[in-house]
Amino acid sequence: MKELDGDRLIWMYTQMLRIREFEERVKHTFEEYPGVIRGHTHLADGAEASIVGSLATLRPDDQLMATYRCHGYPLTLGTSPDAMMAEIYGRSTGVCGGYGGSMHLVDTERGFLGTSGIVGQGIPQATGVAYAAQIRKQGQVVLCFFGDGASKQGAFSESLNVASLWKLPIVYVMENNSYNVVTRVEQEDANAAAGEPLAVKAKAFSMPGVTVDGGDPVAVYDAVGAAVDRARAGGGPTLVESKVYRLSAHGNIIAPPGVPLHYPEHEAIEVFGAREEYEAAKRGDPVPRFRAHLITAGTLSAEEADRIAADVREEMQAAVAFGIASPFPAPEAALNHVYA
Amino acid sequence: MAREIPYIAAINEAIHLEMARDDSVLYFGQNLATTENDEFLKAFGHDRVRVTPISETAEIGMGVGAALAGMRPVVELYMAEFMLVAMDQVVNEAPRFRYMSGGRVKVPLVLKAGYGFTAGWAGQHTGSIYGMFMGIPGLKVVLPSTAADAKGLMATAIRDDNPVCYFHHYLLTLEPGEVPEGEYLVPFGQAAIRRAGRDVTIVATGWTVGRALAAAELLAAEGVEAEVIDPRTLVPLDIATIVTSVEKTGRVVLVDQAPRHASASAVIAAEIADVGFSALKGAIKQVTALDATVPYSEPMEAFVLPDEGKIAGAVREVLGTAPVAA
Repeated sequence: MKELDGDRLIWMYTQMLRIREFEERVKHTFEEYPGVIRGHTHLADGAEASIVGSLATLRPDDQLMATYRCHGYPLTLGTSPDAMMAEIYGRSTGVCGGYGGSMHLVDTERGFLGTSGIVGQGIPQATGVAYAAQIRKQGQVVLCFFGDGASKQGAFSESLNVASLWKLPIVYVMENNSYNVVTRVEQEDANAAAGEPLAVKAKAFSMPGVTVDGGDPVAVYDAVGAAVDRARAGGGPTLVESKVYRLSAHGNIIAPPGVPLHYPEHEAIEVFGAREEYEAAKRGDPVPRFRAHLITAGTLSAEEADRIAADVREEMQAAVAFGIASPFPAPEAALNHVYA
Repeated sequence: MAREIPYIAAINEAIHLEMARDDSVLYFGQNLATTENDEFLKAFGHDRVRVTPISETAEIGMGVGAALAGMRPVVELYMAEFMLVAMDQVVNEAPRFRYMSGGRVKVPLVLKAGYGFTAGWAGQHTGSIYGMFMGIPGLKVVLPSTAADAKGLMATAIRDDNPVCYFHHYLLTLEPGEVPEGEYLVPFGQAAIRRAGRDVTIVATGWTVGRALAAAELLAAEGVEAEVIDPRTLVPLDIATIVTSVEKTGRVVLVDQAPRHASASAVIAAEIADVGFSALKGAIKQVTALDATVPYSEPMEAFVLPDEGKIAGAVREVLGTAPVAA
C-alpha cells in the first residue's frame, strides 16, 4: 500500500471531520426540526478513523457494502451530503429518492452497492460482489463492513468459509464497538468472554485475522491496506477487527408516532452505569486525537485545522438546509421501482 | 422445430442456452459440477459454474451480491424448502434492494428450486410453498407445468432484471413434452388455456394442471366441458384471462397442491370475487391439499392431495349436478 503523504493525511482528517459533523447534524435535527427524521438512525461517530482509514486503501473501481450504520462510507467516497441528508429527511432529492432512508444509502457510481438493515445479511452479498469481481478479472477488491454482533450470524460463518475456499478478493472489516445494541460483547461472544480478540474467528476459515486500533486512521490504513494488497494479488480474504468506540447510543429511541424522537445516553451509562468507560472513550475521541497528531507532526497547522472545521460545518449546515427545503416525493411514486 | 424431451432436460437446455448467449449468467449451488465431466463445467468453466457448501444464506446472499455487481446468477437450490433456511435473503433482501435504492440498482437473480415431491418424501421435502412468496413486491414467482414452459419460463427468468423464484415440480421431472429447439421464451404474466370449455373454469398450477385435465376428461364423458387455465406465473398473475373465462362459464373450481390458506388459489379466489363477482353463478370452490403436513405413507399422502376425482366432484358441485358431500 502507498505511503500516506501530507495531503492524503489532511484529506483523511477532513473526511473524519465531515463524518463527525454530518452525524452531529443528524442528531441535532431531532431537536431543531422535531418529526423530520422518522424511524431509526444509527450514527458513525467514533468510527470515523476506521471508516476513512479503510476507504483510503481503495482504488476508484473497488466496491463495498455495509450495514444500516452507513452514513460515513458514501460521505468519504464523495456522495453529496445534501442528497444524503435529504434522504434521511425523506425527500425526493434524496440519494435514493426517499425510498430507503438512513439505513439504506446507495451510491453505485462510487462503488457503494448498498446495505442490509438486517444484522449480518450484507456479508454474503458483499461476498457475491467479490465473486463477480473475481470473474471480471479487473483486479477489483471489495470491502465488507459489519459490526461485532454480526459475527455471530450464520451468514458470517457461511460467507467467510466460501470466500476463503474460493480465494475471493474481499476484506471483511469488523467494526467492533463492544456493544450489540444494549448487549456487551462479553455477554454474547465466546472469544470475547475468553479474553481473546474477535479476529481469532478467522482461524476457523483458514484466513488471516488481525486486530487494529480503529481509532487510529493510519493504523487502520496499514492493516486494511495490507489485506487489500493481498486480496488484489489473489491471496484471498482477510478478517480485520477494527476496535472502535461508538460515541452515541445504538440509535435514536424507538417510539410510536407522536413521541418525539431523540438520542438517549450511550448504553455504557444508560444501561450499565459505566460512566467512566464512556468518559475514557470520549478522552480518546479519534477526531481530536488525529488533529493533535497531525499538528504535532507538523502536517497541519492549528489555523488550517480550524479553517477545515469551519468549512465542514458550513457544508453540513447547508446539507440540513437543502434537506429541509426539499420537496417530498409524490405519494403515488411509492409504486415506482417495485420491479426493474 | 419442436421435439419431445423431458421437463428436466428442458430446464437444463434453457440454462445452457442462456449461459452461451450471455457471459454474465452464472450457475452455482450445492452438489453440482463436482467433476470435470459436468456438462455445464465443460461448456462454461469454473468461473461461471461452481459447487457451493451447504450454506443457503451464503448461496442466495452471494447471488444477490453478484447480481448487484452486474451478473445474472442462477442459484441451484434443489428443494424449495431449503430456501426456508435463508428466508431473509429471499424475502427481505433480494426483492427490496432495487426499491430501497430508488431504482439505482437491480437484482437479476434466479432461485431455482423443486417443490411438491409427493412421492414418499414425507413432511419436509414435499411442500408447495410458493404461496408465501406471492405477497412480496419485487419478487416474481414462476411455476412451469409443461416441458415447453419449463424451458421458456427459465429463459425469461434469466433475462428478467428482477429476482425470480423458479419452482419446478418434482413429479414432472421426467414428464416428456414438445419443446421448441433454440431460443424459446415464454412471457411472464400470460396464462395458458390448456383446454377450452364453456361450462366451468378450472384454474390449476404445476402438477395439478395434469390432474385438472384428467378431471376434465371424466367430465366430458358426462357432457360437461371444462376450461382449464394454467397461470404459469403467479407473480405476475394473469387475472384477466381467468376472469374472461369466468365471464363465459360463470362457475369456478380452483385447484392447488398447497394447503388452502397458503395456496395461490385463495388469492385467485379473492381476485375473482373482487373483479369478476358479477359473472359468478355460484360460489367459488377450492380443491387444495388438506391441512396436514404431507404424510409419508402412500394412502395418507394420496388422501391429503387434490386428484381428478376430487376435482371432478367439485365441478359437479358447482354445476349442481351432484349432491353436496356430507
